[in-house]
Amino acid sequence: MTDEKKPDRGLLRIDDEECKGCGLCIEACPPRVISMSERLNHFGYRTAFYKGSGCTACGVCFMVCPEPGAITVLRLATPALATSAPETVACASN
Amino acid sequence: MPDSSLAEYEVVRGKARSFYPRYERKEELQHQTHFCPGCGHGTIHKMVAAAIDELGVQDRSIMVGPVGCSVFTYYYFDVGNVQAAHGRAPAVATAIRRSRPHGIVISYQGDGDLSAIGSAEILHAANRGENITVIFVNNAIYSMTGGQAAPTTLLGQKSTTTPNGRSAAREGYPLHVSELLATLDAPVYIERVGLGDNRQIVQAARAIRRGIEYQVRGLGFSLIEVLSPCPTIWKMSPVDAQHWVRDVMEKTFPLGVFVDRAHDRLPAPPPSAAPTLADLPHLLGVADQDLPEGHAHALSGDLPVDLQVRIAGFGGQGVLLLGEVLAEAGLDAGLEVSWLPSYGPEMRSGTSNCHVRIARGAIDSPLVATPGVLVAMNEPSLRKFDLSVRPGGWVIYNGDEFPADCRRQGVRVLALPFTRLADAMGDKRAANMIMLGAVLEIAAILPRQSIGAALRRLVKNPRWVELDERAIARGRELLRQALAEG
Ligand SMILES: Cc1ncc(C[n+]2csc(CCOP(=O)(O)OP(=O)(O)O)c2C)c(N)n1
Ligand code: SF4
Ligand code: SF4
Repeated sequence: MTDEKKPDRGLLRIDDEECKGCGLCIEACPPRVISMSERLNHFGYRTAFYKGSGCTACGVCFMVCPEPGAITVLRLATPALATSAPETVACASN
Repeated sequence: MPDSSLAEYEVVRGKARSFYPRYERKEELQHQTHFCPGCGHGTIHKMVAAAIDELGVQDRSIMVGPVGCSVFTYYYFDVGNVQAAHGRAPAVATAIRRSRPHGIVISYQGDGDLSAIGSAEILHAANRGENITVIFVNNAIYSMTGGQAAPTTLLGQKSTTTPNGRSAAREGYPLHVSELLATLDAPVYIERVGLGDNRQIVQAARAIRRGIEYQVRGLGFSLIEVLSPCPTIWKMSPVDAQHWVRDVMEKTFPLGVFVDRAHDRLPAPPPSAAPTLADLPHLLGVADQDLPEGHAHALSGDLPVDLQVRIAGFGGQGVLLLGEVLAEAGLDAGLEVSWLPSYGPEMRSGTSNCHVRIARGAIDSPLVATPGVLVAMNEPSLRKFDLSVRPGGWVIYNGDEFPADCRRQGVRVLALPFTRLADAMGDKRAANMIMLGAVLEIAAILPRQSIGAALRRLVKNPRWVELDERAIARGRELLRQALAEG
C-alpha cells in the first residue's frame, strides 16, 4: 500500500448490471481511466470499469453515458474543492 | 492505490431524481432502459431529467411522449406522463399547458414523429408560441420501424426506403426544421445541438436546460433540436455513430442558436385561477332561463348504474336525437353521461350511430364497444353491431321480422315495425322515440320527469314534445307486453 500518495480528486462507480458496454465513456474520459471488461455481465454485455485511479471527477463520462444510473461520479470532499461548482466540466474533445 | 475510502467522497454526478429508481418494465430489465447501447435517446433523457432536477420543477413537470423508439418516456421519468399519437405531441402539450397553467410541459419527439407525420402540429404550436419546451431528437431516420427514410435523412444516406441513398430529385432535400421554425415570430428559443463529442454534449445539456428554464420563466415556445446517434439503424459502433454526428450530420445540420428572444420577452403574467363551474354560464353569456336544469331530478340511492347503449340507423332516422335525449335525461338525473356520435361522410344518408353511457361513477371512455342495449333502425345497422351486444343484453329492432341468423342465445330481442307504429300515431319520424321508450323501460333508472325535461330542452316545439311523450309511453308499453308474453 502506498498510502502516502495524495488521494485522487475523483472516483467512479459503474453499475455493471446497468452498463451496456457502448464504450462512449471510455472514449470520452480525458485521462483515459475507464476500460472495458473481458467478462460478460448477466445480460451478455462486456461492461466498462474504472481502472482504479486517475479520475478527476470531471463528470464527462456521466454525461455521455446513455444509461441513467450506470455511472456515478464522486469527488473528494475537501473544503477547498467543494466550492467549485459541479457544473464545471472539462470539455476535452475526443 | 490511492486512498479512496467513500467517506471522503461526495456524489457530483449520479442518477437524476426525476427518474424512477426502477422502471415498470419486464421483470428482469427494470434497472436499465430499453435503448440500444450508445443510443442518443438515453443521453438526452438524462439531460432532460437533470434539467428538471436543477430547476426544481419535478412536481409540476409533464412529459408528452411520442411514437418512436422513445415511446416509453413514461417508464423512466417520474413526472406526469402522457403518450401522444404519432406526431401529435405538440397539440397534446398545448392542451395540457393551457389547462394546467402551472405545469412545465415537455414535448419529446423524434424526427419522424415531429418532421413527417407531425409537421403540422409542430409548425402551429411554434407559431402560436405555446409556452412549451420541445426536445426534437434528430437521428435522420425512422429507427423504431427499422430504418425508413425521414424528412431529415441526409442526401446520399441509405435507408430501407432509399436503398441507393436519398436523392434530392426523388425524395427532396433534408428538412431543416429549426431553420424553418426560426422564420416565425413567436418562438423564444430555437437551438440545434449535437451529441457528436464531449464539447457538443456539454452544450446540448445547457441548451436543454435553457429551453426548460425559459418555460419556467413563462417566456414562450422553445425547441432544442439534438443531432443524436442511432448506432443500431446506422449500423455503426456507438463510438463511430457519435463521430458520424459530428463529422457528417453536422455538415447538413449546422449547430447553433437560431432564435433567442429571451431578452425581448416579458414573462407571461402568472395564470389566474380557473373559473369555477358556477361562474361558467355567466362568463359564456348564457342567460338564466337557458341553463340546463341539471340535477333537477337527482336519483336517490346508490345502486350502481352503468347503462351502455349503441344506437344505429340511417341518417334522418333520429339516431343522434334518441341518444341525446337519453344522455340529457341522465344529466338531469344527476348521473355521469357521455354521448358520442359517430358518423362519417354518411351524415346525410347512409349509416350513423352513437354511443351513450350513463353511470353513477366516472365514465372511463365514451366508447360503447359491448352495448347492453342495441337500438337498430334497420337491418344493415343490426348486422353491423348485433355481435357486439353483451350476453344478457337487448336488441331493439325496427323491422317486421328479426333475421333468424341474428338470433343469439342470451340476447333478448324486441323486433317491431316501429316506423309503421309511429306513422299510425301521427308521424313516422317518432319511431326513434317509441324505441327510446323501450330502452327506458329496460333500463328503468331514469325518472320520468328527467325524460320530460330532456325532451323539452332538446325538442322545443310543443307539438313534437307531446307526440314524443306519447311515443315514449307507447314504447314502454310495447316492451312490457313483450316481457309479459315471454
Ligand atoms: C399513425 C402511425 N403511423 C405510423 C406508425 C409507425 N411508426 C412507429 S415509429 C415510426 C417512426 C419513428 O421515427 P422517429 O420519430 O424518427 O423516432 P425514432 O424511432 O427514430 O426515435 C413510425 C412511422 C405509427 N405508430 N402510428
Ligand atoms: S469523471 Fe471524468 S476523469 Fe473521471 S472517469 Fe469520468 S470522464 Fe474520466
Ligand atoms: S434503434 Fe436507434 S434510436 Fe432506437 S433505441 Fe436503438 S439506437 Fe436508439
